[in-house]
Amino acid sequence: MRVSLFVPCYVDLISPGVAVSVVRVLRRLGVEVAYPQGQTCCGQPAFNSGFFDEARGVARHFLDVFEREPSDYVVCPSGSCTTMVSHYYPFIFEGLPEERERAEALGGRVREFSDFLMNVLEIEDLGAHYEGRAVFHCGCHQRRELGVMEEPRRLLENVAGLELLDWENEELCCGFGGTFSVKMPDVSAAMADEKIRALDKSGADTLISCDSSCLMHLEGRLRRTGRTTRVYHLAQILDPDLGKVG
Amino acid sequence: MRRTAQRRDGRDRRGVGIESKVEGFNERSRRAIEDEALHAAVEVHSKNTVNNRNRALRALPDAPELRERAYHIKQETMANLDRYLSQMAEAVEARGGNVFFARDGEEVVRYVGDLARRREARVITKSKSMATEEIELNRRLQEEYADLGLKIVETDLGEWIAQLAGDTPSHIVAPILHMSRHRAAEVLSGVAGEKLPPNVEDLVAFARRRLREKFLSADIGITGANFGVAETGTIVTATNEGNSRLVTSVPPVHVAVMGIEKTIPRLKDLSVFLRLLSRSATGQKITVYTNMVSGPRGEGEADGPEEFHLILLDNGRSKLLGTEFEEALYCIRCGACLSVCPVYRQTGGHAYGSTYSGPIGAVITPLLKGDEEAKDLPFASSLCGACAEACPVGIPLQDLLLKLRRRQVDEGLASKAQQIAFKGFEGAMRSPAAYNAGAKAGRLFQGPLSQRGLDRKIPGPLKGWTDFRELPPIAERSFRELWKEGF
Ligand code: SF4
Repeated sequence: MRVSLFVPCYVDLISPGVAVSVVRVLRRLGVEVAYPQGQTCCGQPAFNSGFFDEARGVARHFLDVFEREPSDYVVCPSGSCTTMVSHYYPFIFEGLPEERERAEALGGRVREFSDFLMNVLEIEDLGAHYEGRAVFHCGCHQRRELGVMEEPRRLLENVAGLELLDWENEELCCGFGGTFSVKMPDVSAAMADEKIRALDKSGADTLISCDSSCLMHLEGRLRRTGRTTRVYHLAQILDPDLGKVG
Repeated sequence: MRRTAQRRDGRDRRGVGIESKVEGFNERSRRAIEDEALHAAVEVHSKNTVNNRNRALRALPDAPELRERAYHIKQETMANLDRYLSQMAEAVEARGGNVFFARDGEEVVRYVGDLARRREARVITKSKSMATEEIELNRRLQEEYADLGLKIVETDLGEWIAQLAGDTPSHIVAPILHMSRHRAAEVLSGVAGEKLPPNVEDLVAFARRRLREKFLSADIGITGANFGVAETGTIVTATNEGNSRLVTSVPPVHVAVMGIEKTIPRLKDLSVFLRLLSRSATGQKITVYTNMVSGPRGEGEADGPEEFHLILLDNGRSKLLGTEFEEALYCIRCGACLSVCPVYRQTGGHAYGSTYSGPIGAVITPLLKGDEEAKDLPFASSLCGACAEACPVGIPLQDLLLKLRRRQVDEGLASKAQQIAFKGFEGAMRSPAAYNAGAKAGRLFQGPLSQRGLDRKIPGPLKGWTDFRELPPIAERSFRELWKEGF
């Protein structure tokens, strides 16, 4: 099994440890991991803001880079960026049949990390260990477009020492929403605060998600409000070194 | 009678109708977020309706199929809307009713005002109607026909309280969702001339007594329409208070104002829509009253008005037919998308500054009014998709919001700064060299910033972020660098 790793730009630049953990977990399972060097971003910020031409420009680059790399699957540690490629590339290439076809072909091969582990590799217990009481936040694209809600929970339930807690209104959006977080910052922060109130109530000391973008937003708000909650991507929890290098 | 719903004179009257102050979503939402009472009210409402709705839909095994059917019926209706509207008009006229196609709110005001003059009307009772809210019928009738001294009374309890308080509805289904029980009691105490206790039974009892007098003295009754059946010319309203019945049958004249998109082809289609509407709106299997009106009192009939007028309102709807935004017309105004929306949950309805709030309001307001009039609204969403998931007729609200954002960019409405930024973004993301250079520059730039510790607020494009959250630093080594080094 050979996979191409698709590392979203903010993971590459801000949370590289998440991608390191993905590579470690996959290698341990005997998967050959390639990292196409030309990759940058999926184009979602432009798409989200209505700049479809610019998003298409970035999407073309993405298709070029990933089509060149021979692999069975493209694996991505983000439900949102996976959705951009699998669902929204075909959407922005509507009316451009050739590119739409390319987008659909690649979109059919791209898998969110936990989806890939559970549904392609059929692995649910990685023998991982983490001491903590955690809540899991499912990103909205992952929940609604990909329908990958149970997979991460199952993987977490098999982590020794980790107690997975329920929290109130867990299906509510965290309020990140890409450029929404800076365009409508008050509402975005109020949405984060509601999640944080639920987190406080649950008694969790750790927040886990499959989307580093939601986590960046929630962690930013947690720290601003003086909280010390530990924040991790699922991949880091499955990696004994939590994504640390050296 | 005019038979076409199309705009003919090409005159753009989008500025008229739907309340005008739409800009400033952020400003209004800021105030709403601070309003603890509003927050509590919205939260309770969301919780109750969402739970009831989920329970009701779960108990309906064929809900997904019904949703599919509803979507397809609407799709087929819109493709043949001209034909269905003509059919409905003919059926109404055949039974002695009058039909008027109104291009916009202005024409409705004229029609109803002239009718009131001819009938020498003094008192008009109304049951809940979003279409008349949209065109601000009450205010305009009172202003433009001031000489008639019309007394217009809303008879839906919530609408009545809103009217008394000089307020507008903040939710399509629950108009005074934003008001506490105490505030409602205060408003009603004002008309009662005595202090009413803030409990629902007492308030309802008072309203019933007071409204009963109005029902009996009304010269004209105005209703909206949840559905208009083309085949039979039947206007259907679904309510829980029974006021709609007294508005349609007691006064000598009944006027129904219906958005043209409320058309459904056949009577049997009602069984699809009524089942979805009541469950999605309030979690009920069926609303308490389902009122069907097909014209004035017939010969030998004991009840019903002498005159029946059906006003079919376009107000910007027909121009959506056959476009990529047509699905917005499939809406049955159930309010489910509002109740599940995490943005609405924080802001309530008034922050949207439009008659229609929540996700469908963010879609339909710019479509009816024009993008420039409602620039903020398509962006007042985190695109979480809860709305589209909840919508009982399968409107892809999230996709429509995205297309509206794109349309603003196409129309050149995005700020210059954004235009430049996204061109730059595209350039950088198409070239790994530029991307890497950008990352390096970011790392240098953040040096001095990260010295400032917690609570740093940065002006410029990141202001929205750093006003509320800590900014994560760019990592010392990016993943691509780590990969090259090996780990
Ligand atoms: S868009 Fe759908 S969910 Fe929202 S009010 Fe209309 S029918 Fe109901």
